[in-house]
Amino acid sequence: MLSTLLYSVAAPLAAHPGLLNTARKTSFWNDLWQKFGTMFVGIAAFLAVVGLILFLADRAPKRSRDVWQLIAFVAPGLILLGIGLIYPALRTGYQAFTDGKDNFVGVDNFVWIFTSGEMLVSLLNTLIWVLCVPFFATAIGLTYAVFIDKSRGEKALKSLVFMPMAISFVGAGIIWSFMYAYRSKGFAQTGLLNQILVWIGLEPVQFLNTPPWNTFFLIVVLIWIQTGFAMVVLSASIKAIPTEQVEAARLDGASGWQVFRNVTIPGIRGSLVVVITTISIATLKVFDIVKTMTSGNNKTSVIALDMYDQAFRFGEVGHGAALALILFIMVLPVVIYNVRVMRKQREIR
Amino acid sequence: MSTTFKKRVWLTPLALVSVAGLLLTGCSNSSNDAGGGGSKTDCTDYEQYGTFEGDEVEVYATIVEVEADQLEESWADFEECTGITVNYVGDQGFETQINVRVEGGDAPDLAVFPQPGLLQRIVETGKVVPAPKSVEDNVDEGWSESWKTYGTVDGTFYASPLMASVKGWVWYSPSDFTDRGVEVPTTLAELNDLTKTLAAEKTDTYRPWCVGFGSDAATGWPGTDWIEDYVLRQSGPDVYDQWVAGDVKFNSPEIKKAFDSVGDIILNPDNVNGGFGDVSTINTTTFQEAGQPILDGNCSLHHQASFYEAQWPEGTTVAKDGDVWAFLLPSEEADAGKSVTGGGEFVAAFNDNKATAALQTYMSSALWANNRVSLGGVISANKGLDPDNAQSEIGKEAVRILQDPDTVFRFDASDLMPAAVGSASFWKGMVNWVNGESTDSVLTSIDKTWP
Amino acid sequence: MSNPAIDVLPDPTEGPGRHGTGTHTEAILTGRGGGRGRRGGVGSSGGGKADRVKQRLTSPWATVAAIIIAFLWTVPTFGLFVASLRPAADKRDGWWTIFTQWQPTLDNYSTVLVGSSTANNNLASYFINSFVITIPGTLFPLLLALMAAYAFAWIPFRGRGTLFVLVFALQIVPLQMALIPLLQFFNGIGIGGTFPAVWIAHTIFGLPLGIFLLHNFVAQIPPELIEAARVDGASQTQIFFRIIIPLSLPAIASIAIFQFLWVWNDLLVALVFSGGTAEVAPLTAKLANMAGNFGRNEHLLPAGAFVSIIVPLIVFFALQRYFVRGLLAGSTKG
Repeated sequence: MLSTLLYSVAAPLAAHPGLLNTARKTSFWNDLWQKFGTMFVGIAAFLAVVGLILFLADRAPKRSRDVWQLIAFVAPGLILLGIGLIYPALRTGYQAFTDGKDNFVGVDNFVWIFTSGEMLVSLLNTLIWVLCVPFFATAIGLTYAVFIDKSRGEKALKSLVFMPMAISFVGAGIIWSFMYAYRSKGFAQTGLLNQILVWIGLEPVQFLNTPPWNTFFLIVVLIWIQTGFAMVVLSASIKAIPTEQVEAARLDGASGWQVFRNVTIPGIRGSLVVVITTISIATLKVFDIVKTMTSGNNKTSVIALDMYDQAFRFGEVGHGAALALILFIMVLPVVIYNVRVMRKQREIR
Repeated sequence: MSTTFKKRVWLTPLALVSVAGLLLTGCSNSSNDAGGGGSKTDCTDYEQYGTFEGDEVEVYATIVEVEADQLEESWADFEECTGITVNYVGDQGFETQINVRVEGGDAPDLAVFPQPGLLQRIVETGKVVPAPKSVEDNVDEGWSESWKTYGTVDGTFYASPLMASVKGWVWYSPSDFTDRGVEVPTTLAELNDLTKTLAAEKTDTYRPWCVGFGSDAATGWPGTDWIEDYVLRQSGPDVYDQWVAGDVKFNSPEIKKAFDSVGDIILNPDNVNGGFGDVSTINTTTFQEAGQPILDGNCSLHHQASFYEAQWPEGTTVAKDGDVWAFLLPSEEADAGKSVTGGGEFVAAFNDNKATAALQTYMSSALWANNRVSLGGVISANKGLDPDNAQSEIGKEAVRILQDPDTVFRFDASDLMPAAVGSASFWKGMVNWVNGESTDSVLTSIDKTWP
Repeated sequence: MSNPAIDVLPDPTEGPGRHGTGTHTEAILTGRGGGRGRRGGVGSSGGGKADRVKQRLTSPWATVAAIIIAFLWTVPTFGLFVASLRPAADKRDGWWTIFTQWQPTLDNYSTVLVGSSTANNNLASYFINSFVITIPGTLFPLLLALMAAYAFAWIPFRGRGTLFVLVFALQIVPLQMALIPLLQFFNGIGIGGTFPAVWIAHTIFGLPLGIFLLHNFVAQIPPELIEAARVDGASQTQIFFRIIIPLSLPAIASIAIFQFLWVWNDLLVALVFSGGTAEVAPLTAKLANMAGNFGRNEHLLPAGAFVSIIVPLIVFFALQRYFVRGLLAGSTKG
């Protein structure tokens, strides 16, 4: 609904560039203005639609105004979610029990997953990923945040570790391909890690080729990306701990470790939950890194990648949907835990 | 239809402007000059395709970068003379995205399929339209019967062949051969002897062969080419056809023999992997870089299709007396006729618009084949192609082989097999095989995936 | 994983903190409510001890460890940057050799940016596309998420809790599964392969996390403020614009950065909904194609990759002070 409105406003304008721009269409700059014109029209249309909805809700008859206002605030988001996520989720849940062509096949797809050696490897790998990445990213991020807290050059040090967060998975894949690059003994190494091994007198190693270690080397890439996120959030959270608490602990003669354990950790528990949740979910969905670096070969595949391959490369929609359902079930504990935390918070309030 | 219309309204200004932008930056070779005086182009060849007013055709394919530029150039005159604007979209993720786009109702007008197996699966969605008569006539005239069958699904002809490549070349450096005092082999046994001779000279940085199966999601396919070449040469075209059809299983003696013969060469650490490391580096070395050590003298032999010509760095002479050259993987007997495997692309349409049909007709014609091949880098199996239009020695050679009536030509087997095998388990099997899984186990597990 | 918050604690190496923590915690908790001055503390009185603690916390070893982590985290990107400055001929050597054979060049950048052919290496146009995709792709979900977050936090209605949990749970719907239905929808309404399609897709995929995080923040706004406004007769819309938006700015800014980075760096969504054309597809799509041709583009890839990460880096460095404020601010009191 919203998008239709948006389209109906934006399309005619975009179709007549003259309205926006009368210059001759012969330059890079024109390309730029044209596209930015489309963008501004789009933004204006969006704001107009949202503004109109809120305005109308405000003018609703007094008796039903509360309902209309509630709808105005919640409906745009929920409608979009319904189209883009809820319906696809339900559809996937249904397809998991079909062969992808609307023939019901019961739990065949799941039988296939749990009897196929490759899928079991993927399941195991996904489990390793979701245990390692949140743990190490949070642990390193937290350690780092504590170590640099209030130190000189804290900002710069933060930026350095956060930087990978700003890099796309495609870019990260390229960067780490250059790190892990392997050339056999006797050749000049192009990958830094192997060069270091050679410098200290060892043989170069094929990092991405030897299971099970290759999975861990891929995991390093995601830890590298996510640590910055954990660090920045936890650092902010540490700074929000009332100074009185820290002082009190210090006055009681607590050691640095005791302060960390008894003041810092309880103080940032809420943030820790959110950080770990966010990273866990991101990890379960990871597929770009594996796809660009190993394509899932040599036993490095993960469920999200298999799901994509099954559904789109091999046309096995049923298999893909069943894998998606398993992924969903794997995230469930994280969600349930968060819901409990949220409930508790609400009670406190 | 209304969908297409709306989308076009939306895209037109963007397309125009970007075309204009390209003109300014001096990249005008592929843009159509719809408004300007196009009197320079001789349009007589294109009259048969008719003229259109502002029609657009979207072509979707795997081809990107330089080859995409050449592809666009190949229909520049066609655009100018017919008034059709061709919007080309090249995407390395074609093999997955085409599924998404077709299912999502966003099918392109024309798609260039790199494998008949994939074409078959998309045809099953019911969204592909049969080729118009003008295309079928072109194909009957220009291609052999077997090429036509690759574009045919369940008796209906859908897709016309586009470009072709001849597989099974062994690249080498003529001067390297002279230095080492060896000659081009004429039988498979001689090839084994040659390998043995060269292996005797192995050093830390030299092996006779350099091999690379790496190709992102498709890793393993260069290995399937090895096996296919050996099956065709050792067991003949009939077994090859039965193998493709699934009547000869992977774990039958003929296929096993091919695996064993290939394994004798590429799984022997004395023979591989020049310039890269031990046997397991075969999987991590991309097919693009795999042959490069020949230039540095780190290996002497590299097995790859004719298109590998484009991978040599600028300034490399590809000729009998140049920096690199290639011989066709020999047959069992020296005087046996030539048997080659090859690959190619197929153009299928998703609607029966007149403009779409016009472009598909043009792309199936000898005119297009000559235009495109003249731009270099590729060849076509069209009989109307003048071999002299091929821009390289290896290309001319390949065209001659394709046009020679005595050549036994077979299409790449993995491309013809069902996708679950041809672009999944066969590839994966090659990777596992290189990683040390036993031949029997690999063959059995591939057989298991046959639908 | 049942209790991640505890799992994640760094394993203590049998430190002294192991014993007697119970009473200690209690002391601190009472200390919070008790009579210690708002600002007293650190001054001169308790200085001796506090300084000693401070010293221990930021011991030389901690500093060294921090510097090592910072170094390790920077080297890969730095290597890429160096590699992007090398002449094409050097691609067979490691990037560190640049220091022994010092010949930096910007050739790779000029080839990548302006290129010499249409399909090849012309990143400039994709660059524009990335902006045109990312700005609305950040703005739209933020506004809608803030509206929904406000409703979930401050407008009581039946089923609110359940609905909120549902929205939160939507984060885990794998993106891949939503592609085909959404594409069908876009083509149904005739906007497939256009910018609006990409914007709406990013809006949808950004909403669950946005609503979740903004809700955490908005819920922490002192109820007195909102009650006061209601008593004054302000409507929900007025409260939203006069109180919620201004007070949520730190959270908005931090989530905006997050969403900006996600949209800018996205490949899959853009690839599917833009149709992959040069008119609409973003930088990442182009980069992925270049990477797919690794053999031929090896020397250009670092420059291409660096061009693509320069904008997110600028955005991050310019706005990072907003990032640390706000994001999850509420949750610190859990």
